[in-house]
Amino acid sequence: MTLTRIAQFIVGLLHLPQSAVDWLVALFVAVILLVFVLLSVLAIVYFLRKLLGKIQARLGPTRTGWKGWAQTAADALKLCIKEDIIPTRADRWIFTIAPIMVFVPAYMVYVVIPFGEGKHFVAKDLNIGILYIIAISSVNVIGIILAGWASDNKYSLLGGMRSAAQLISYEVPQALAILGPVMLAGSLSTQEIVLAQSGGIRHWFVFQSLPIVGFVIFLVASMAEVNHVPFDLPEGESELVSGFNVEYSGMKFAFFFLAEFAASFTVCALATTLFFGGWTSPFGSFLNYGWWTVGWFFLKSCALMFVLMWIRATYPRVRVDQLMEFGWKLLIPLALVNVAIIGLFVVLTTRRVP
Amino acid sequence: MNGFWEQFTFYALAVLVLGSALMVVTLRNIVHCAFFLIMAFLGVAGLFVLLYAEFIAGVQVLIYVGAITVLILFAIMLTQKVLGVRLKQNNTLSPLGVVAGVSFFALVGAITFGSAGNLFGVHGEPTIAPRITTIAESLLGNGSYVLPFEIASLLLLVAMVGAIVIAREKDQ
Repeated sequence: MTLTRIAQFIVGLLHLPQSAVDWLVALFVAVILLVFVLLSVLAIVYFLRKLLGKIQARLGPTRTGWKGWAQTAADALKLCIKEDIIPTRADRWIFTIAPIMVFVPAYMVYVVIPFGEGKHFVAKDLNIGILYIIAISSVNVIGIILAGWASDNKYSLLGGMRSAAQLISYEVPQALAILGPVMLAGSLSTQEIVLAQSGGIRHWFVFQSLPIVGFVIFLVASMAEVNHVPFDLPEGESELVSGFNVEYSGMKFAFFFLAEFAASFTVCALATTLFFGGWTSPFGSFLNYGWWTVGWFFLKSCALMFVLMWIRATYPRVRVDQLMEFGWKLLIPLALVNVAIIGLFVVLTTRRVP
Repeated sequence: MNGFWEQFTFYALAVLVLGSALMVVTLRNIVHCAFFLIMAFLGVAGLFVLLYAEFIAGVQVLIYVGAITVLILFAIMLTQKVLGVRLKQNNTLSPLGVVAGVSFFALVGAITFGSAGNLFGVHGEPTIAPRITTIAESLLGNGSYVLPFEIASLLLLVAMVGAIVIAREKDQ
């Protein structure tokens, strides 16, 4: 692996002990993931604005660079150099920590996402991969609540409270929907779940046992989890001005922004991994090796990302009571039925040695 | 080298957990208390990772950090009046509390050191569960904890139904 070789070269150059190689490799991987998160968010925001423009019959950004491609980079730069304001009555410490508590989980999740075949394209293939993702991403709600509270602003507090209620409610169907592929693959490791779906489009978990249902539950619950548009109540502009992040500016606001878009890419990557065969080729063994697998992964994830943007452009926001009724009275029972059917399917189709 | 870093991590996590726990019972702002409670829970999750119990670490974060603390925070924010009040974390019974705490700690210490390292001094290779099915087998496999597991779920269900019955408004 090239990273190990670079690390060994640096260790040799600086006369560090041999054990420093592992630390350097870990550092490189962390930096690569961070750069990937930042660049992917820039790209996603640009394409989102262009696509929203197309759907709403306008142009979107056009001025900065060719077809406005540098617009998001310029926005990011602007956010970096903006004044960082902390309101006088805000709770300084919590106000500062909250954006970090939102961004760090969104970034940590990328550790177990399998971008391609084998060990080279996943930072660390944990044997609890999926559980790790669910656990880590459940931390970011705390950051949102604390941000809402620390701002000492009634709109922020309302946004934080809505967010807490929403995330607690939709965590349940999301976890139940994720349970389906986990049961089918018999493993929590992301790479093993992908490998269990290898062999072409027929083997994808989206078409296994009860087709499509699990995926739809996962997508809807995840959109609620990451405050994606039909469920963006915590920051509903028309009701709460901007919800939990209304008092934030500059780099602190940028962290919320980054976390939100990083999380929506995570949803797509996770849906690809769990339901659409991850990095495996849809046509059996056709181009199913090396860097091509990374290509398949990004093709599938970006297609899903497009679907999310499409939803963002077309659906109005739900009301709070609709949100709760939909989650508890429809989504959770449906997810439970789905789990029961998949369990039956697994028991009937696999012949296990006692 | 590896042993050194393991020890270093253990002591760093111990300081995190104990320091945060101390903050939880001494700070006067209840939201700050909740924040340090999160830190303590995360530190415990780190200790589980150090013991190669990744599954338990994941569940620890998911349940204690992601669910219980969120619920606590949610409850704090629903009871608006508490927000402005500076909490008083001690009362006239504090000395008795200290005595109880110290004696319990002494008891645990006595048991730990009295058993000559057999209780916590685990030697040999760490037992890593290679697959999640191993955990499932030992928890719910033949002749293990199926019945206690089911009884616990039943108990939780009853508690949940009870809570709803108590909380709902009287029918007209």
